[in-house]
Amino acid sequence: MSDELILEIVTPEKMAFTGGIEEVTIPGTEGEFGVLRGHEAFLTSVDIGELNFTKDGKKTYYAINTGYAEVTAHKVTVLIETAERSDSIDKDRAQRAKENAEARLAQVAKDDFEFERNRLALIRAITRIRVAEK
Amino acid sequence: MASLKDIKRKVGAVQKTKQITRAMNMVAASKFKAAQLRMENFRPYAGKFMDVLNSVALRVDSMAHPLLAVRDPKKIRVICMTADRGLCGGFNTNLIKATERFMRDKRIEGKDVAVINVGRKGRDYFRKKANVITQRVDIFGKFDMTLAVAISDDVITPFIDAEYDELYLIYNQFVNVSVQRPTVVRLFPLPSIGQNVDVDSENRQDYEYEPSDEILLQKLLPMYVHVLVFRALLETSAGENGARMASMDNATKNCEDLISSLTLKMNKARQAAITAELMDIVGGTEALAKG
Repeated sequence: MSDELILEIVTPEKMAFTGGIEEVTIPGTEGEFGVLRGHEAFLTSVDIGELNFTKDGKKTYYAINTGYAEVTAHKVTVLIETAERSDSIDKDRAQRAKENAEARLAQVAKDDFEFERNRLALIRAITRIRVAEK
Repeated sequence: MASLKDIKRKVGAVQKTKQITRAMNMVAASKFKAAQLRMENFRPYAGKFMDVLNSVALRVDSMAHPLLAVRDPKKIRVICMTADRGLCGGFNTNLIKATERFMRDKRIEGKDVAVINVGRKGRDYFRKKANVITQRVDIFGKFDMTLAVAISDDVITPFIDAEYDELYLIYNQFVNVSVQRPTVVRLFPLPSIGQNVDVDSENRQDYEYEPSDEILLQKLLPMYVHVLVFRALLETSAGENGARMASMDNATKNCEDLISSLTLKMNKARQAAITAELMDIVGGTEALAKG
């Protein structure tokens, strides 16, 4: 099919996904955005959040970590530090991570640099739980 | 000369050792394969990342990021990345020696040097010998990008806060199964990016940037540190297992040599015992015949 959009999800461990799709929604740092074929070329950073794409009318969800997305008319390359597909997420582990992060957050002061680390851990855990439920 | 029984026992012991070294060789071989695969899988990520980083860096005029800040290097920190375990030839020793040499040279120049240990072997060595800032041990069993992020986070904030002025990473570069080369890489201030890169005008894409390219670069630089650290971790893990494979293969061969020379000795001893017994019997019958 010549009118499809190629999506590549690249992580340090593997090519998490590569193939033709119809539409992809990416959690950019400046807000979530959707890409269809023929989108203007641009480059943006990506935040912790939920990425989903539609292929053959079916949606697939990923919980992703920071990185960037490179968009051209025919191809989207998402380069991120981790990507987990919704059905491969260990929900119990995510739940435990969330509880741990919450407990630690309650202990450290706001200006501590541990605070930021735990805050990010909490966001990641919440995202994983949300995506796992899709 | 050792008695027959002693030699027999020795052969048994060496045989057991051989079994162990051979098993370790096979375990290392399978771990090595896995590590090598991970290195290969990492390549597209690193390659694409560098392309984008370079193209963004080229468009940004002012490279004024705190991670690029050049200060008078008075305080130096060194990340010494060793394996967690031994029995892998000179893998850890060579790296520790290289680290020692590097630190000594810097101390002679009058710098204040402190070490950050990644991996148990380096920790064990530097524990009492140097000023250790942080350490991470028992990590190579199972690790992913989050480890590289954690190691980077430990060093990024203090550098931005000017607690120290330069950071070097010393690790074993993976050349091939039998060659690992201790390598020193300067992490901070990050060597300038985007220069010395010939940009292929055909492949170069003009983008809209969102957020602006300066801000984007600020996001990309810490990721660049993660990439460098993660690559070093992967190479260490592959190199460690490669080195262990080679050294355990050697050990197995040595065991075989030892066994064959001991067996020879044992056979000689047995032969000597039989001959001695025969002599006794012959001597005995002769005496009887005479009588």
